Amino acid sequence: MFNTHYTDVAIIGGGPAGLAAALAARRAGAEHVTVLERNHELGGILQQCIHNGFGLHRFKEELTGPEYAYRFIPQVEADPNIHVYLNTMVLSLSPEKEMTAVHPVHGLISLKAKSVILAMGCRERTRGALSIPGTRPAGVYTAGTAQRFVNMDGFMPGKRVVILGSGDIGLIMARRFTMEGAKVEAVVEIMPYPAGLARNIAQCLEDFDIPLYLSATVTKIHGKDRVEGVTVSQVDNGWCPIPGTERYIPCDTLLLSVGLIPENELSQEAEVSLDPRTGGPIVDENRETLISGIFACGNVLHVHDLVDYVSDEAEIAGEAAARYALKQTADGVLNATNGKVDKFAIKPGDGVRYVLPQRVTKGAEVDLYLRVSQPMDAITLSLSGLTLARKRQVRPSEMLKIRLKAQHWESLLEAGNAEGRELCLAAEPR
Amino acid sequence: MAIDTQIGQELKRKMTCIVCPTGCQLEVEKNADGKLSIIGFQCRRGEVYAENEITDPRRVLTTTVKIRNASLPLLPVRTTEAIPKELLAKAMEILAQVEVTAPVRTGDVIVTNLLDTGIDVIASRDMKRTEDVA
Repeated sequence: MFNTHYTDVAIIGGGPAGLAAALAARRAGAEHVTVLERNHELGGILQQCIHNGFGLHRFKEELTGPEYAYRFIPQVEADPNIHVYLNTMVLSLSPEKEMTAVHPVHGLISLKAKSVILAMGCRERTRGALSIPGTRPAGVYTAGTAQRFVNMDGFMPGKRVVILGSGDIGLIMARRFTMEGAKVEAVVEIMPYPAGLARNIAQCLEDFDIPLYLSATVTKIHGKDRVEGVTVSQVDNGWCPIPGTERYIPCDTLLLSVGLIPENELSQEAEVSLDPRTGGPIVDENRETLISGIFACGNVLHVHDLVDYVSDEAEIAGEAAARYALKQTADGVLNATNGKVDKFAIKPGDGVRYVLPQRVTKGAEVDLYLRVSQPMDAITLSLSGLTLARKRQVRPSEMLKIRLKAQHWESLLEAGNAEGRELCLAAEPR
Repeated sequence: MAIDTQIGQELKRKMTCIVCPTGCQLEVEKNADGKLSIIGFQCRRGEVYAENEITDPRRVLTTTVKIRNASLPLLPVRTTEAIPKELLAKAMEILAQVEVTAPVRTGDVIVTNLLDTGIDVIASRDMKRTEDVA
């Protein structure tokens, strides 16, 4: 048997989202905040992202990943009422906000919180999810795993590299491998446009003359014990390889940078409903999930391209989770204004891949985060017919932010185009 | 793609600004009188970037050096400012020879005056000594 510990706000994950959420929850008045982190240190994925470019929006500086993390870690460690459990893996979470976790000293522990913040981040999509034909030799890595090997553990996974997928981690690793003396033969992207930020195409590929093959994919992996090469083929609009376009590229390593998947096993166990478009929980403007008192932020909610926005989102969740915890009485029953507020659904329309939050309280001034479904030169963003903003040079890889203001609500409600408590956000080319 | 087209004395180059995630598409034209005309930037930093990219292209170098007595074998480091692009490879060779000992604090100088640039290489994270780690 084991004892149950009690806390006000429990945060699962001590990466950028968990760190900012913990500090925000304390600022908002939560007495005890508990951070559960499975790694041996705080900081999450930032610790292996040693390149610069983090924090431009938030700190007006170009920080490396670890430096960005250190804008938060000392404050978390200095606060005696933020309890950090390292090397601690949360095994289960219930809708009643009870967790079991494994701790290296205390063994199996049980924790009950008034509110919970999901901040578990995401995982990389692996070869198994892609069904690439060929043999199964050593030398196939996800880009993030290779990043950890090279930047933290001191191992070079290979000398001659092909990268499948043009996500930012893959682009960053193309540069990193080159700087460490490996030859990056090519980056291969199935879409007709790159998945990563334009600046990373410029500073990671063009700076080193690394070719980028668009509308192409790896159609075979060669080699018995170790990767010896890959076959790359052009694809048609339906992603089908075009016969006759095959080219063989000798290499000893294939890196996969083919997308990130929010890590929501615990969320699902707690009966939190997910949005199939984001892969993360459905939330309102407070980042509260459909399970009252369970909040989510960071890459577990939707995959971000900028950590600055993760911190902003985590502060919203941290503050709201603190407010929720403070409203609770000792016996765990809510004593005020829970539940019965007027929510509107925000749905993605034409040209929009997803929009978050998916639910918004009537009249609330909120920032809407969205991704478009394909690159467009110039767009008008409209909510159920009402123009909100115009943007230029938009791409799915760059998350957009627009403010839904009080006057927008007035127009929407007056014009009667908010019927059925559902609003539709569309991106029309102009 | 950085595309150069040289027509007589005139130079035209397309480039992506790398100053921030917006990634503005810039066009720089060097007129016959040697003056640069730059279009496509959305902020002043983009204009400066394009100018530097023609006259003195620079990059911040981020890499690792070996570290002893720490929980990890590598310490991430970076140059305090961008260094000339053509020095990147040489800088990597120098940093491959560097080995430090924990403890190290963020911002500690690891290499002073890298390749006579007047620019230092600093630690970009704290690294405790292994025996200090509980």
